[in-house]
Amino acid sequence: MKILVPLKRTADPDNANKIKIAPGGAKVVTDGLEPKPNPFDEYAVESALRLTENGTNPKARLAGDSVVVATFGAKEASQTLRQALAMGADSGLLFEASDENLDGDLVARALAKVVEREKPDLVVMGKQAVDGDSNQVGQILAERLGWPSATFAMSIELSQDKKSVIVGREVDGGVIKLKLALPAVITVDLRIVAPKSITNHVTPQTHNYQEGARYAPLPMIMAAKKKPLAEAPFASLGVEGVKTSYVKFEAPPARKAGIKVKDVPELVQRLRAEAKAL
Amino acid sequence: MVRDTARAFSEKTLFPNAARFEREEKIPREVLAELASLGLMSVNIPAQYEGAEAGAVAYALAMFEIARGCASTAVTMAVTNMVGEVIAKFGTEPQRERYVKGLATGELVAGAFALSEPEAGSDPGSMRTVAERKGDRWVITGAKQWITSADFAGVFVVWARTGGGGTAGISAFLVPAQTPGLIVSKHEDKMGLRASSTCALTFDACEVPEDALLGELNGGFKIAMMALDGGRIGIGAQATGIASAALDEGVAYARDRKQFGKSIGDFQAIQWMIADSRTELDAARLLVLRAASLKQAGALFSREAAMAKVFATEKAGIICDRMLQVHGGYGYTKDYAIERHVRDVRVSRIYEGTSEIQRTVIARNVLR
Repeated sequence: MKILVPLKRTADPDNANKIKIAPGGAKVVTDGLEPKPNPFDEYAVESALRLTENGTNPKARLAGDSVVVATFGAKEASQTLRQALAMGADSGLLFEASDENLDGDLVARALAKVVEREKPDLVVMGKQAVDGDSNQVGQILAERLGWPSATFAMSIELSQDKKSVIVGREVDGGVIKLKLALPAVITVDLRIVAPKSITNHVTPQTHNYQEGARYAPLPMIMAAKKKPLAEAPFASLGVEGVKTSYVKFEAPPARKAGIKVKDVPELVQRLRAEAKAL
Repeated sequence: MVRDTARAFSEKTLFPNAARFEREEKIPREVLAELASLGLMSVNIPAQYEGAEAGAVAYALAMFEIARGCASTAVTMAVTNMVGEVIAKFGTEPQRERYVKGLATGELVAGAFALSEPEAGSDPGSMRTVAERKGDRWVITGAKQWITSADFAGVFVVWARTGGGGTAGISAFLVPAQTPGLIVSKHEDKMGLRASSTCALTFDACEVPEDALLGELNGGFKIAMMALDGGRIGIGAQATGIASAALDEGVAYARDRKQFGKSIGDFQAIQWMIADSRTELDAARLLVLRAASLKQAGALFSREAAMAKVFATEKAGIICDRMLQVHGGYGYTKDYAIERHVRDVRVSRIYEGTSEIQRTVIARNVLR
């Protein structure tokens, strides 16, 4: 089975307090912020790796399985791909583009072209990027490909014949399980990296993964330097035209200082009368 | 990327638990196993022996990050890497297959380095432990002191006298744990690095086969000195990492703590302490990285390693002390991590060659 994982390089979200907005609200300034892979995309890489390995030997993909990672971005985004290769992915594709010339629809159309070329059995991707928070690429991609899709996945079970998946989706008040025939598109949410969220009928049922995306072990980091990473201009995909543009960015209103109460009775009274919390 | 892995592991697994490791006086076995599986126990070991083969610079960067999270874990990692490297460099093929691989995969848990003796610290030439021939075997008798990880290490490099007096009559041996006659004795009750284990060893007619000899007969002193050159880079990086953690604590405290109606970080007295510390920390880091890059390039690096070690460890001591001063009275309590950093960093001026020995190495090299 071949899995394609699209990745996006974003400004370190943990540094969110330092993101600034250019005068006039024209754009977000990310200067000086450390770039990191979009966390949901890292979870997608982790999911793809768990689907294609025996969890007791995470260094190798199962025979016949592979994971390809792809990104559209600046030259430096190849670092993001290398990181995924160091986690265990097999090969990387960088299509050089400037983030400002992309929107969700164009990214989805371009990914459809990558899918045509790579012919994966499954696309696993983050539910959204933490910078734009658009949450639409996975959905548009599935529509364009005419593939079934499941969003906000919190669990994936690959069937023994590898022809379908059962995806657990988090919804208000519970979980919906969907069965999708492959090929399909899955977008993942944060609980997909819980210790037992992925089943592939190869990793023993008793195996517990560590919570979260795996660290790249040092030997794999060194090995990743030799893994194939192809670079091509975005234009080579033959799609163009942005349909949405950003009008204005505004910072959230600054938080007001809290108030101090002198004792518990006053706290209770204010919670009841002003906050209506009791 | 090596730094990213070490940092992520350190921040998630070590930093939040370092105080607990200290209280329990041990590093959990799972943590050591994870260090091995991430390649952090074999950073500079060839891939053919399951090592990461990431080089000496990556090793220094990784050590820096691990020490930021937990200095005790860092010293355990430093000694294991040093033992692995020394066996990879001087060992025979079967020795490498067994021990270097075993350390890299985590099967042997940790390596131990048994050079110092109760009466032979900075002066290994005065060592009294002897190894005597008995047929085709060696019988080791004597005592060793300050042995990191002795109670769980899978293999010990042991130096013993095989020839005449002085440094020319010393050989190195590889002794697996559980060898009869290898007795782990007193567990030291240390001031700092309390989660790392430090023990005394007794060799009571400890018999090892002929092929336990590491390198040439009577060539042990050279092996020890070469290992320690590399080890000094590790300890320089470790001290820098501890100081970096201390500086983070001090800066956070200076921002939060208010006196006279403003953050104490607004006072020049505090600002200067932070400015000096940041500058010295960067200088220390650069010296460590220079020594590491010389080592990686295959150049001579003894002098540079000694310079990095003495500068980094002494400045790290001052930085930790200053950051405790920033904390005021609270820094003198166990409620804040800074007191641990002050205790942990102190030994870095003593082990792996004291500051005085480093200066001797540097001066000898300069005056030669």
